[in-house]
Amino acid sequence: MPELASKTDTAVAAQAATTTDNVLATDAGPAPGKPRSLWSDAWYDLRHNWMFLLSTGLILLLLVVAAVPDLFISGDVSPRDGDLTKHYLQKPELGHVFSAEWLGYDHQGRSIYARLLHGTRASILVGVMVTVAVTLLGGLVGLISGYFGGWVDSVMSRITDVFFGIPFLLGAMVVLNTFSERSVPVVSLSLAVLGWTSIARVMRGSVITVKQADYVTAAKALGAGTGRILFKHILPNAVAPVIVVATIALGGYITAEATLSFLGIGLTDSISWGQDISAGKDYLRTAQYVLFFPAAMLSLTVLAFLMFGDAVRNALDPKSR
Amino acid sequence: MGRYVARRLLQMIPVFIGTTLLIFLMMYALPGDPVRALYGEQSVDPSQIAAIKAEYGLDKPLWQQYVNYLAGLPQGDFGTQIASRRPVAEVISEAFPVTVRLTIIAFVFTVLVGVSLGILSGMRAGKKTDTGVLVLTLALISVPSFVLGFLFQWLFAMQLGWTTPTVQDSMNFSQLFLPAVVLASLSLAYVARLTRTSIAENLRADYMRTAVAKGLPRRRIISMHLMRNSMIPVVTFLGIDIGNLMTGAIVTEGIFNVQGIGNLVYQALSRREGATVVGIVTVMVLIYLFVNLIVDLLYAVLDPRIRYA
Amino acid sequence: MSIIDKTDAVLEPRAEDFDGPLLEVRDLHVEFHTRDGVAKAVNGVNYTVDAGETLAVLGESGSGKSVTAQAIMGILDMPPGRISKGEIMFRGQDLLKLTEEERRRIRGRRIAMIFQDALSSLNPVLSVGYQLGEMFRVHQGLSKKDAKAKAIEMMDRVKIPAAAARVNDYPHQFSGGMRQRIMIAMALALEPDLIIADEPTTALDVTVQAQVMDLLAELQREYRMGLILITHDLGVVADVADKIAVMYAGRIVERAPVHELYKSPAHPYTKGLLDSIPRLDQKGQELYAIKGLPPNLTRIPSGCAFNPRCPKAQDICRTDVPPLHPVTAADGTELVGRASACHFWKETING
Repeated sequence: MPELASKTDTAVAAQAATTTDNVLATDAGPAPGKPRSLWSDAWYDLRHNWMFLLSTGLILLLLVVAAVPDLFISGDVSPRDGDLTKHYLQKPELGHVFSAEWLGYDHQGRSIYARLLHGTRASILVGVMVTVAVTLLGGLVGLISGYFGGWVDSVMSRITDVFFGIPFLLGAMVVLNTFSERSVPVVSLSLAVLGWTSIARVMRGSVITVKQADYVTAAKALGAGTGRILFKHILPNAVAPVIVVATIALGGYITAEATLSFLGIGLTDSISWGQDISAGKDYLRTAQYVLFFPAAMLSLTVLAFLMFGDAVRNALDPKSR
Repeated sequence: MGRYVARRLLQMIPVFIGTTLLIFLMMYALPGDPVRALYGEQSVDPSQIAAIKAEYGLDKPLWQQYVNYLAGLPQGDFGTQIASRRPVAEVISEAFPVTVRLTIIAFVFTVLVGVSLGILSGMRAGKKTDTGVLVLTLALISVPSFVLGFLFQWLFAMQLGWTTPTVQDSMNFSQLFLPAVVLASLSLAYVARLTRTSIAENLRADYMRTAVAKGLPRRRIISMHLMRNSMIPVVTFLGIDIGNLMTGAIVTEGIFNVQGIGNLVYQALSRREGATVVGIVTVMVLIYLFVNLIVDLLYAVLDPRIRYA
Repeated sequence: MSIIDKTDAVLEPRAEDFDGPLLEVRDLHVEFHTRDGVAKAVNGVNYTVDAGETLAVLGESGSGKSVTAQAIMGILDMPPGRISKGEIMFRGQDLLKLTEEERRRIRGRRIAMIFQDALSSLNPVLSVGYQLGEMFRVHQGLSKKDAKAKAIEMMDRVKIPAAAARVNDYPHQFSGGMRQRIMIAMALALEPDLIIADEPTTALDVTVQAQVMDLLAELQREYRMGLILITHDLGVVADVADKIAVMYAGRIVERAPVHELYKSPAHPYTKGLLDSIPRLDQKGQELYAIKGLPPNLTRIPSGCAFNPRCPKAQDICRTDVPPLHPVTAADGTELVGRASACHFWKETING
């Protein structure tokens, strides 16, 4: 299986790894003025990309909301305690910007706006934690697998296949079902255990490509040790496609957490947009805003990370434009 | 070719065993007890529970249960659903055709719309159409499918009245269309993006320049030279995506009340029905493995540079 | 298909009675709009090719030699490329004024091109027989079967062993030299009037280079085609070319019959190129190298574009663009076909 199954990943990795010399290789290209590296070229691209600027702005805003949600709401409003008698499904007051009643109240009389703000932290934490865990775990497996080859690769690739074979959402449901208390780290780790395989495959393909490069052979010929070759020569050159895949996946992990929370097997100890959407579905006929606002907030967050990942991908892999 | 297939089939065995074992362990490591759960709150004689457990082999050590499970599989024996006391194979085969239908409609929709959008924007990379498709795919990927499901339910059923909010007859193709579109949305966006990238990249390939230099008509250049090459990664993705569509059905079926595998697995999970969950995952893994094999064979047909290794 | 009838009616009679040069490029300007500004790739190129004649266009990468060829062929990427000025007369007809469909009918049939890297220039997923046969199917309307027979015939012509057995093979299954032969076969398939070979041997092993070059020259003589040979390799040129045009920064800096150029270069750049060829009789001496780098095409130096690298540059070279002067011998007699774009061509040719 590795020969054929991994060829797409290898191709993707190879593309991303060899982009710099491909920008203008024809006769028409301007003569080389200042030398541009992959990273400085990428940085130039990013600074001139509206998608990157917009998404970075959004993400920064979301991070501030996640850190200090109360900063964005006037008065002291609890997202957890509602007043059923006063606020049961109270309609939004769109004019009262940043107030507790701005986006209305839910079926338990809780301020929807306050819950939106307080749900940000869990969503983003899960997204970031899964991404970091997946990159470390998958990156390590892929690096070892790709660099050492042989039986190490065979065993590692087979293990990767096993985990890759489990449907992501279904697997997450089964794993999370075993926990009665599901905190942010529990949900993140469960998703990471199932999600590291694609990173491992990309990393493996990328490492195999880079391993054959002349500068690696040169480093070996000069007597560099395995550790030095791995971390000084291979890793920095193989990491670009992994960063691309990981950034784009971040939004997907946020969606996964929301989906699991929506199904009732997600976070138990935090406010989660997925839960609020699930609760709102019962009022779809009468009070759409209960479902609509958390859904919009969730989509916007995913969109911000997705655009960010896209921009990074375009910058690191100009061929995909 | 025959040898390659045989070797691939052999390689599947450890992956299959590993995957099912993993799910088996996760499922049976659960603290809950499906037999005890049968009786709800009422008190039961422990000997009665022990008898039921013995009947289904649940009293044996875990490894033995797993070996028994594997041994039963070739005969189509997936174990017994404890709540209904029916064979799991029977329960699955009832729900399965519904999910397969849903998946097929979603898949066809993904291919038709996704590939067309991808071609459209790939051929006009950087133009307005391209930006439009980019925005659409960004939206489809960012809006989770369960949100999109409710959005469609609200818009098409509650506002426009074109259809019922939930599916009444799960075997009816036209009723399954709306859930299938929701299910397809994510894959569709990915397929459109992949097609676009592939086309835009191949448009710049040297052999495309050669095709122009040969004086070939534009239509021929696009259909014979551009498409043949651009579709290779798309076909691979589509194959692997069938598995994603089937898992995605878990959520979609719940929203639209479609009586398929998704509903079954959801109920089984909440009742901690190990046998049913493991059975469904087993079927999914089998489908995934076979689709993967077919995709790899197809890949070698589409791209002569790939040899059966 | 009225367009086809019309083009044929326009082109065919002229083919017989037109007695000017086969191809004449007049004052061609091509620019590319890039992120870093407008790159002026071709800045007023003039050259002619007659039937049966071989013109070698020599220059470093970025000199505009390939861009000129792509403009003739009509395969420039536009945008970012743009032909801002000039004419490309093919049998007395300006190609730049034709419709896209009319140009398509000329491409491959009347003017064909051979590319540098045959592996990437051939479609990886189609068999070589199919790609060759396509020429006959599209331009001559042959059936699939007849086209395949013709393809085998062409593969035989370019001396591919066991052509009939290999016709269904894919490009990656051939060696580099064989692949380039297939490119040649494809270009020659419809016996065009003009072939443009863009560095046809650069990607090949030295031993194979000679074989491929000989084959190309032999077939050119046989069909009496015009050939534009684009190269940066002076060694390739000497044996096959009739005349040479040396390009630098989008301009022709020197023009000469092939042997005269080697004997007495009239431009410091040409002289530098010739001096940088290693020679057996100068063993042990340091090899000459032109200092500096080719200019950035978005910021071509004022005056003579070569002045920052020229060992003989004077003040005038930094201010005035030298025109392409006709070159005369020391006694004043005109040297046919020679020209140099150097203010000091006299000093160069005599010193």
